[in-house]
Amino acid sequence: MAVNGVLRPGFIQLRVLDMAAALTHYVDRMGLNLVSTGDDGRVYLKGWDEFDRHSVILRQTDEAGMDVMGFKVAAEADLERFEERIRAWGLAVDHVAAGEQPGVGRRIGFTLPSGHRIELYATIELSSNHPPILNPDVWPEEPRGMKATRFDHALLYGPNIDENLRFFTEVLDFSLAEKVELPDGLLAIWLTCSNKAHDIAFVKHADPGKFHHAAFFLESWFDIGHAADIMSRYNISIDIGPTRHGITRGQTIYFFDPSGNRNEVFAGGYTYYPDNPTRMWDHNELGKGIFYYERVLNERFLTVVT
Amino acid sequence: MTTTHTIHLDGAAFPCRDSETVIAALERAAGFGAAAVGGRRVPVGCRQGGCGVCRVHVLDGRYRVGAQSRAHVSAEESDQGIALACRLIPETDLSLSPAPRARGKKTNDINNI
Repeated sequence: MAVNGVLRPGFIQLRVLDMAAALTHYVDRMGLNLVSTGDDGRVYLKGWDEFDRHSVILRQTDEAGMDVMGFKVAAEADLERFEERIRAWGLAVDHVAAGEQPGVGRRIGFTLPSGHRIELYATIELSSNHPPILNPDVWPEEPRGMKATRFDHALLYGPNIDENLRFFTEVLDFSLAEKVELPDGLLAIWLTCSNKAHDIAFVKHADPGKFHHAAFFLESWFDIGHAADIMSRYNISIDIGPTRHGITRGQTIYFFDPSGNRNEVFAGGYTYYPDNPTRMWDHNELGKGIFYYERVLNERFLTVVT
Repeated sequence: MTTTHTIHLDGAAFPCRDSETVIAALERAAGFGAAAVGGRRVPVGCRQGGCGVCRVHVLDGRYRVGAQSRAHVSAEESDQGIALACRLIPETDLSLSPAPRARGKKTNDINNI
């Protein structure tokens, strides 16, 4: 089956407490490119390997966390089709006019049973600094800092993840690549709409709408090591790593932006196809599932969110 | 010469440099075995004022605080001496007590997995 319908995570809008500190972190240290600043003060960023105009939006306010995650769909007609399916499943759908974010077409939005706002859109401008297309060099200009290539996925915390699972698989045609099943029920799910091991993931949590991390893809384990060097050189707050996840098999560092929002740099991960079985972890080996080398969860994984 | 202040917390006393946060001093003291860190009392979270797990009550002393998420410390609580230890910079010796925010059902208590 070709990838169609929902194509990929397209953007994430994060709340930051101090924009200047956030830009030093995301642009100078992580290597995202600054695209523009909107009239309302929101700042738009992108990874060097992304064709779309932007993928990260920062909004300064007095509480950290995530406002919204957007997924790009293949065509405008998909928006009508998904709106009908989302309403039929039982969620209210609202509309965001084209241009509310510069260069982005109309969006439809809804709130998941876990309390997170998700939007879908089909149209976004081609970046003015996109990866080369004709006789393409490996990059338009040499990557900076941690060399984040693109926004890869997010992990979100909230209640009702069983319902989220039903919604994403029944309505948005995602697959469940991997899950953690404990004796008292589902703890966590890794969902994909593509060949990636995950495009969005959820962990069960009492408080709705919480943000665990936004992940940015790096090309290799060597780049993860280089990212770790940058984190220590600039005293960036590290949660854990460099290490590896058993789940997804990705190589990783978890760290925090200057507002306490967790970021991840992520390399590797297996290739998923929709006919693959769902991989499963239980309470016997959960530590290895989350952090494959430490083989034990750290306190922060389950408790520190924004 | 760097001025240091003494932080009193949970029966432990440890030094904090003039311009550093209480959580940085606590982590260093824990590394030398001079103070307990983590557990349920004053856990180390994001260290950036966002997650709120290191919330404390300043019982005595002068201090300043950096930007911290209003989701965890309201303006009123701030006036009453509540702060996140990762944003708390002492100007004199400080006496602190942990002030974790009461939360809903702890479905994610690591000890219950």
